Amino acid sequence: MQHVDGNALAGPFADFFSFDVTTATARCNGCGSVGELARAMVYRSGAGTVVRCSTCDHVLATLVETGDRAWISLSGVSAIEVRRG
Amino acid sequence: MSEVSTPGATATPAASAALRAVPRSGWHVATVAAARRETPNASRLELEVDGWPGNAAGQHLDVRLTAPDGYTATRSYSIASSGPGTRVTLAVDKLPDGEVSPYLVDEVRAGDMLEVHGPLGAFFVWAPVAETGDARPVQLIAGGSGVVPLFAMAQAHGDADDPVPFRLLYSARTPDDVYFAGELQRLVGASAPFRLDLVYTRRAPEGWRAPAARITRETLEAAVFPAAEQPRVYVCGSTGFVERVADWLVELGHDPRSIRTERYGGT
Ligand SMILES: Cc1cc2nc3c(=O)[nH]c(=O)nc-3n(C[C@H](O)[C@H](O)[C@H](O)COP(=O)(O)OP(=O)(O)OC[C@H]3O[C@@H](n4cnc5c(N)ncnc54)[C@H](O)[C@@H]3O)c2cc1C
Ligand SMILES: [Zn+2]
Repeated sequence: MQHVDGNALAGPFADFFSFDVTTATARCNGCGSVGELARAMVYRSGAGTVVRCSTCDHVLATLVETGDRAWISLSGVSAIEVRRG
Repeated sequence: MSEVSTPGATATPAASAALRAVPRSGWHVATVAAARRETPNASRLELEVDGWPGNAAGQHLDVRLTAPDGYTATRSYSIASSGPGTRVTLAVDKLPDGEVSPYLVDEVRAGDMLEVHGPLGAFFVWAPVAETGDARPVQLIAGGSGVVPLFAMAQAHGDADDPVPFRLLYSARTPDDVYFAGELQRLVGASAPFRLDLVYTRRAPEGWRAPAARITRETLEAAVFPAAEQPRVYVCGSTGFVERVADWLVELGHDPRSIRTERYGGT
């Protein structure tokens, strides 16, 4: 399956965060690299969305949505940095 | 207009002011104001979006279609327009076996309603040097429908009469497949510095300087600002196109941090 960029997370993650996640930087639990979520690799399918580190392929986050509910896991991320205006 | 609470990887006050001005996203009802062919395989949709807060050049929105039985399909589309106002332009390429794009290209008519979520994304965006303080040249590289957000940037650059040098390298199948052909020609003649390099992959116009062929590392190198000029580069198109181009740019010495990509999917 072909991935898209973390830019595509802006919509699905808007239900969870009050800021634009794509410009937030995240540290990968797998390799320790730090980068904007916009630069992550995003795999989307009917089953949900998987976000992978573009350096080491480690799963950073997963998102599953059904009609009226959504689940998010950020277990592959050790820290997220958000710039406040 | 509400403010986005965060973005901004850059530290200059001017840049964070510009990014704060990127409006907050939400779901909106859009009415199709006009739907027309853009190319034989693509449509341009003008949407009138209730409550749209305006958008930055390069942002996208998500379109959600709901079937009578409640089944929904959501897809992302770049916005070809920017600035304040509730009018939004999209351009959609039809994938013959696709779930959503054939509907948007062939079925949607003026007066139809769509649910849209946006404006989305504060990373793959461009703003004039007067707002960001970033005077580096800007190289845009588009494959097919990937030109949509890059056209928004080029148009915003022209509208702002921005002095930063801009180039667009645009790969299209044939001359008939060029999106925004008239608008791009007008930008070439406008006062903001803008150069357009078209590459045809299947059929070039009569007497064109090069036979139809895909972009190679060599044609890329010949067309783009050299790495030594430290351009900011925006690449958009199918995932395969973006990967090839981004890899070559890095091989040609461009700083990966200066390259921003928008992969659309596909190979
Ligand atoms: C941030 C973002 C912005 C986008 N902006 C635009 C835009 O401005 N204009 C536009 O036309 N599209 C754009 N896309 C692509 C768009 O979201 C859809 O993926 C596309 O319209 C196909 O949807 P579909 O339902 O018709 O096909 P699907 O039913 O999702 O897929 C059908 C088949 O086509 C393949 N496929 C999926 N996407 C592509 C692709 N892009 N190229 C080739 N094959 C593909 C699939 O693997 C599958 O085999 C954007 C994507 C992203 C992530
Ligand atoms: Zn990693």
